[in-house]
Amino acid sequence: MRLDELQKGQTGVVKALHITGPNRRRLMDLGILPGTHIEVEMKSPLGDPVAYRVRGAVIALRQVQAREIEITLDVPSTEAAENVHS
Amino acid sequence: MSTRETTVNTHCQTCPAYQNAKLHRLGIDVSNFDYAIALAGNPNTGKSTLFNAMTGLRQHVGNWTGKTVARAEGAYNFNGKNYKVVDLPGTYSLLSTSQDEEIARDFILFGQPNATVVVVDATRLERNLNLTLQILEITDRVVVALNLIDEAERHGLQIDVRALSKQLGVPVVPMVARKGVGLEDLLGNIEAVITGQYVTRPHRVKHYDPRLEKAISQLATQLEDQFPGLPNTRWVALRLLDGDPSIEQAVREGTLGELSGVGRSDEVLMLQTA
Ligand SMILES: Nc1nc2c(ncn2[C@@H]2O[C@H](COP(=O)(O)OP(=O)(O)OP(=O)(O)O)[C@@H](O)[C@H]2O)c(=O)[nH]1
Ligand SMILES: [Mg+2]
Repeated sequence: MRLDELQKGQTGVVKALHITGPNRRRLMDLGILPGTHIEVEMKSPLGDPVAYRVRGAVIALRQVQAREIEITLDVPSTEAAENVHS
Repeated sequence: MSTRETTVNTHCQTCPAYQNAKLHRLGIDVSNFDYAIALAGNPNTGKSTLFNAMTGLRQHVGNWTGKTVARAEGAYNFNGKNYKVVDLPGTYSLLSTSQDEEIARDFILFGQPNATVVVVDATRLERNLNLTLQILEITDRVVVALNLIDEAERHGLQIDVRALSKQLGVPVVPMVARKGVGLEDLLGNIEAVITGQYVTRPHRVKHYDPRLEKAISQLATQLEDQFPGLPNTRWVALRLLDGDPSIEQAVREGTLGELSGVGRSDEVLMLQTA
């Protein structure tokens, strides 16, 4: 599935970035690369942009960007990902 | 706002770090500096807090509202030498910079500070090492300030500082900038790196491909012709090969490295971005 389909309370793991050039680099510099755990932190009233929690920081992505990020949905668990910050 | 020669005791008489201080905060007087130091790091890692602790200034510190958008300058004296400190806006990367981040990138790359202090958030170490490693690619005069150690401890995180320092090849100083903890240690390490007392061995990725090597050298030579005295031409060449649009534009317009001049006399405290 794609990141823009992730709902609040769900966690995913990045599988691939379907994006090239500087935008790909930017995502990676923000800590989004294959294997990264990612979680919906907050949705804006219109659902775009969405704030995601990535490696301990909150990062806002527009839907067009989130759509380029392929993820696999994490099996729900009571253990809260790898993040120390809540 | 003349804070020249203000002794550190006026600020924090009870802080043990300041008691035997070899540190004198010089405020905004950056007139006669021996060395220039850049404070770089991800957003919100305590750069401005550290800047204030070093210089005695009160550059705005804050979560989102007070974030640094332009560079600020101040000075301190340590062991008889005057250091100019440049507080930079937070940045995640030298490679894919937003407009705010370009100020920081340009200064780190082209400002030629005598040392760069990378302020990292101990609670988000993995994220912060991205920029740290990028900076280690372009300069070997680096000290890592491992800040927010109090927060890390609160979360039960313990960091093996010696192992980290060994792997990065530069000094790593655990700090609580807000309380001045680790300040003397940091200043001592900055001095040691600048004077060569501490010989750094920065961790770097090796490029082995001879074709890439050739392309970089060719481009770097052309860049040196076009921009005499420009530092880090190899890095710039690599960015051009990578198709970095902001670097391409700066080369085309001839503005590459323009924001950088460390020693210019017309510096003001806050260089507002247009
Ligand atoms: N607990 C704790 N908080 C700190 C420490 N150092 C800084 N802070 C806090 O962290 C927040 C951000 O500090 P700043 O100094 O503004 O961070 P900055 O790196 O300059 O931020 P930008 O300019 O936006 O990149 C502030 O609320 C500081 O009070 C520390 O050692 N421990
Ligand atoms: Mg700041």
